[in-house]
Amino acid sequence: MIGDWLDIGPVTQIEPGTARTLPVEGGEEIAVFHTMRNEFFAIVNLCPHRRGPLSQGIVHGDVVTCPLHNWNISLRSGQALGGDEGCVPTIPLRVDAGRIYLLRAAVIAPREARAA
Amino acid sequence: MNATMTIEAGGSEAAMRQRLVVIGNGMAGCRAVEEILARDPQRFDVTIFGAEPRVNYNRIMLSPVLAGEKTFDEIVINGQDWYDDNRITLVSGDRVDHIDRDNKCVVAASGRTEPYDTLLIATGSDPFIIPVPGSDLEGVVTFRDLDDVDRMLAAADRGGDAVVIGGGLLGLEAAHGLSLRGMKVTVVHLMPTLMERQLDEAAGWLLKTELERRGQTILTGANTKQIHGIDGKVVGIELADGTRVKADIVVMAAGIRPATGLAKAAGLDVERGVLVDDHMVTSDPAILAVGECVQHRGLCYGLVAPLWDMCRSLADYVTEAPTGFEGTVTSTKLKVSGIDLFSAGDFSGSPGPDGELCEDIVMRDASRGVYKRVVVRDGKLIGAVLYGDTADGNWYFDLMRQESDVSDIREALIFGQAFASGGALADPNAAVAALSAEAEICGCNGVSKGKIVSCIEGGAHSVDAVRATCKASASCGQCTGLVESLLSITLGGEVESGPKTMCKCTTFSHAEVRRLIVEKGLREMPEVMQELHWTTPDGCASCRPALNYYLLCAWPGEYEDDQKSRFVNERLHANIQKDGTYSVVPRMWGGLTNPRELRAIADVVEKFNAPMVKVTGGQRLDIFGIRKEDLPAVWADLNAAGMVSGHAYGKSLRTVKTCVGSEWCRFGTQDSTGLGVKIERMTWGSWMPHKFKIAVSGCPRNCAEATIKDFGVVCVDSGYELHVGGNGGIKVRATDLLCKVATEEEALEHCAAFIQLYREEAWYLERTAPWIERVGLDTVKAALFDDPDTVAQLAARFRHSQQFMQDDPWAQRASGDRADLHNHIATVRPLEMEMAR
Repeated sequence: MIGDWLDIGPVTQIEPGTARTLPVEGGEEIAVFHTMRNEFFAIVNLCPHRRGPLSQGIVHGDVVTCPLHNWNISLRSGQALGGDEGCVPTIPLRVDAGRIYLLRAAVIAPREARAA
Repeated sequence: MNATMTIEAGGSEAAMRQRLVVIGNGMAGCRAVEEILARDPQRFDVTIFGAEPRVNYNRIMLSPVLAGEKTFDEIVINGQDWYDDNRITLVSGDRVDHIDRDNKCVVAASGRTEPYDTLLIATGSDPFIIPVPGSDLEGVVTFRDLDDVDRMLAAADRGGDAVVIGGGLLGLEAAHGLSLRGMKVTVVHLMPTLMERQLDEAAGWLLKTELERRGQTILTGANTKQIHGIDGKVVGIELADGTRVKADIVVMAAGIRPATGLAKAAGLDVERGVLVDDHMVTSDPAILAVGECVQHRGLCYGLVAPLWDMCRSLADYVTEAPTGFEGTVTSTKLKVSGIDLFSAGDFSGSPGPDGELCEDIVMRDASRGVYKRVVVRDGKLIGAVLYGDTADGNWYFDLMRQESDVSDIREALIFGQAFASGGALADPNAAVAALSAEAEICGCNGVSKGKIVSCIEGGAHSVDAVRATCKASASCGQCTGLVESLLSITLGGEVESGPKTMCKCTTFSHAEVRRLIVEKGLREMPEVMQELHWTTPDGCASCRPALNYYLLCAWPGEYEDDQKSRFVNERLHANIQKDGTYSVVPRMWGGLTNPRELRAIADVVEKFNAPMVKVTGGQRLDIFGIRKEDLPAVWADLNAAGMVSGHAYGKSLRTVKTCVGSEWCRFGTQDSTGLGVKIERMTWGSWMPHKFKIAVSGCPRNCAEATIKDFGVVCVDSGYELHVGGNGGIKVRATDLLCKVATEEEALEHCAAFIQLYREEAWYLERTAPWIERVGLDTVKAALFDDPDTVAQLAARFRHSQQFMQDDPWAQRASGDRADLHNHIATVRPLEMEMAR
């Protein structure tokens, strides 16, 4: 079971209200978020609008505001909120004993197969 | 199993009874036995092993014992007589070492062997000892049993300093007890919010403030690196940032781990806890487990209420009337006298199984120190956090457990049971209309309904006008809704809308928020949100940066800049570009440069493969295409050549554009370049409501385009004309002439004063041009010149603020500060992961 999940380090490496990045060779960079409500989320680090780096947006609740054009993206579903339409792939994440794990298959998954 | 097949145990022959052995004399083990006895007292011969040498007591109440509010006798659940009356053999002070499943018996430390037909594991949990050097020193204790309490009491008798590692429920209760016993207590908590599993940031801040008021030192975001000792005895702790805290006793309260050692050694299925089904049966059908040591449907519980449900299910099962435990929501109350805090259910905002979204309802009452937040999903209440007023905690908890439909009372839910059950909410105006004229509407300013109505009838037709005339809702804003109701009742729909609120999180406008931050002395963002009754737990992308600026401006040198409330450019001190890379603009004072700087820039461009360099409109060079992880290295190289951040990315002083002036130009009247450099040296690094551009032209030909800048100086033979409020952007606006001065010193002084007035008065994201159009040039002039001392006072405030701002942010980052903002966590390569630098 451990093998299915990729240990990406302790929860303390991401300050609440911020995100950090995880480049994937041959794949899309992943942004890992820690919200101020102490939840963790992982999504592909590309805004569905103009591919802005979502990891650099302001986090409020479970939403990140893209730094390029202020699109609001749900960290939970990857969906664009408000009047905007689009969706960014999410990567299953779990926290156990103070460490963050990403579902290995989703980290290295070809994104085309995931696009809905 | 089927209840109808129950075989009548009958008789009293011991030989017919089964042997039930319980490992653990704690709350869960004994409760399970009580539940079984209540259903069928004849079924089992019971033997209970307890590692502690005493009868069964209420472990949760150890905190009041530590605090001196209860004695041990008062927290005993079952005395020796209970064991005797129920013919239970209690083996206390003898720890079970081994479970022999083949021979169905357990072996204790003393060698005592006890056979079983059914075995119940209720070993509870062990305190988690953080693995740092010194954790085995004398004076480092945990907070789990009565012996721990005795050790803490002995330390408290000697007085001195206590450090509690862990700001969760247990840690804070330990800290409270030790503090009451006279020790000087420091709580060290790894996460930024106290009790982060139960509280959100807003409630955690209120709790921290209250504990600090009571004399405890609370260090959040604090990572313990080492515990120091002398002669094997603890003397203090050291944090990762080098901070040292003196300690005569260190309490480890960093969490608990299910005690699964015995079960694991016996070969039972164990993950985080001992795996059980809904009937508390482990992977061995003859062995049950209950309490904190188990893992049920993926969850381990550390609170008492679910343990009771597990015991009920277990007893139903062994008495052959199985019901099953399906998991439960939990609630928490902090047992610290005088602090009312309640947390229950899920307030993280997770969507439902079919993706139903959550809705937060927040109510704050600053005058009473109250924060309430309930979370509704799919018409049901699923979570609640209450601070300061927990009267409705049980009601909310009931609504959660019963999964009641709260759609009909949604509007009134946050006001509590009494209000929601009253039914007055169908028409909120009706409730307000029913109030007497004497009824107090605004508690802060003591304004009655009658007074507000007469003020509305006297011409105050908007909330803002009411606030201005009779002060109602002008302080904390909590009664804004009532005032709006009175407006609509009195005027019948003719209510004028006031200035726009700052954002959807508040009923206050920018101007009101700024005024109240200063008037009420609000110094932290959670404090502003609490005192001004923010309707969201942590604000939004609009209000967070604005509040960060307002606090920074109001409390220079005191307020700590909140990086997570900064737009990316100001957080990374560079300009984000459409491809996610950044551009870097080093400062060139007054547009001047030299070979050393130009070489350094050229070297950076080559070293980091910057695809483009451009001369900007502000007379400097912009290096494009730098990756965020390379920024600190780029800055180190530019710093080495003497250059600092150009703040081309900030709501801050950008450039001071100059022409060559009297030093070279045949038309120049004054040294415009020299003055420009002086102005830039004075103003660089200052944060502003919006970006701020300055220019100095050496003659009225105005080659530096000073009359479309926020502050422009046009030199003339007799001195310096000072212009303000220009803008060359979307809507071009030429400056207004502010005044004319004779000397450079006066020009600098007026520049500082004007900037400070703008910093203190304008709204966030309002350039000088729209600000002056909004308030009028005459107002700005009056604010500066009506009182002959004002210019000097404003300039002094600006210079005071600047001493904290003129610390090159690039140099800080280049030296490794906040590397987490620049570096990746790691890089994933196929089949491996490479850890980051």
